[in-house]
Amino acid sequence: MTHAHNAKVMNRFELTKRLVGHLKHEEAVIGGIGNTNFDLWCAGQRPQNFYMLGSMGLAIPIALGVAIAQPERRVVALEGDGSLLMQLGCLATVAARAPQNLTIVVWDNGIYQITGGQKTASGTADLVAIARAAGIAQSNWAADEEEFERLFAAALKDGGPSLIAARIDDKPGVGTTDRDPVQIRERFMRGLKVRA
Amino acid sequence: MTVSDCEYCSSAAGPVMNDVPAESVAWHTTVRESLKANDVKLTVYVPDRVLTPLIDALHADPFFTCFACTREEEALGIVSGAWMGGMRGAVLMQTSGFATIPNALASLVVPSQIPALIFVSERGTLGEFNLGQTMVLKTMRPVLDALAVDHHTITRQDELGFIIDRSIKQAVAIQAPVVFILSPLLTGGKVFKA
Repeated sequence: MTHAHNAKVMNRFELTKRLVGHLKHEEAVIGGIGNTNFDLWCAGQRPQNFYMLGSMGLAIPIALGVAIAQPERRVVALEGDGSLLMQLGCLATVAARAPQNLTIVVWDNGIYQITGGQKTASGTADLVAIARAAGIAQSNWAADEEEFERLFAAALKDGGPSLIAARIDDKPGVGTTDRDPVQIRERFMRGLKVRA
Repeated sequence: MTVSDCEYCSSAAGPVMNDVPAESVAWHTTVRESLKANDVKLTVYVPDRVLTPLIDALHADPFFTCFACTREEEALGIVSGAWMGGMRGAVLMQTSGFATIPNALASLVVPSQIPALIFVSERGTLGEFNLGQTMVLKTMRPVLDALAVDHHTITRQDELGFIIDRSIKQAVAIQAPVVFILSPLLTGGKVFKA
């Protein structure tokens, strides 16, 4: 089993590209604010991507809502360590609801990168251990890029709530999203076939 | 549409449910039936003593997906996601919980034009015993007004069904949240001995 301390430090944009490459069935992806979103945007825009503009910490709750509304669709939440630490209780809610179609991916660089690189508490708090203790049994650190892809593919295939955490470097996102919330929301709803 | 055309609010004297005058129907029954009549299937809450009969009623009715979450802004995130996925949702909280959600309102629900339905059990007035609740209450309506979020303070059972029914329809039509502040005059509030 991979632990936080022996997981390879990878790159968020590189992993995001690999993640997007596995999306073959119009899976919904909720991107947390900041660099998580920016790299999702730059990895290839999809109508099934929702890019948050604020409300730090709510990527997983939003994804849970989508997962409840559309149980036949796989839903992925992408969140940073700082954002997750802001809303840890949502892991317990996810475990209690046990949505079979929800996968959480956590990018852990140990810092609030976008605000100036201040340290988060993830240097001492193991987010995978927290997720397991919250009741998400399928929670794992990705040892390297290949294991990340294997874990993510298995999550999409096997279902069940799951969490994959990856240690990442301190590189900023490679671009920025558009910032029109109505357009983002409308495009997402069309992507989910809620709107024609 | 006239009042008499409204399937749920069929009397000028007040909403009638199954031909029973509104005054004899419990407030929480009216809320539950209004949600159901408007296809609001998801209800997420952080508990409150006054809301308990409503929460129990929602849990007991298989029409609803009803569960507690850990924080009020989390509830807003969940119903926002559900709305984008095609399911209408309401959140339930007490007044003190409202103080945790302005950021989620201002940076998610309002700018994204999401018709979140927000029920707040009003604490901090009409016999409040907890100073903390009274202080939070003083912030609630000014915050909602600052964000231009529609809110209705409901004090009367005979107006309850009409307000909720019409406001849900309006929220969906104009894609905006709405807050229902349930006064102790309606619910009885939380009683204590002075």
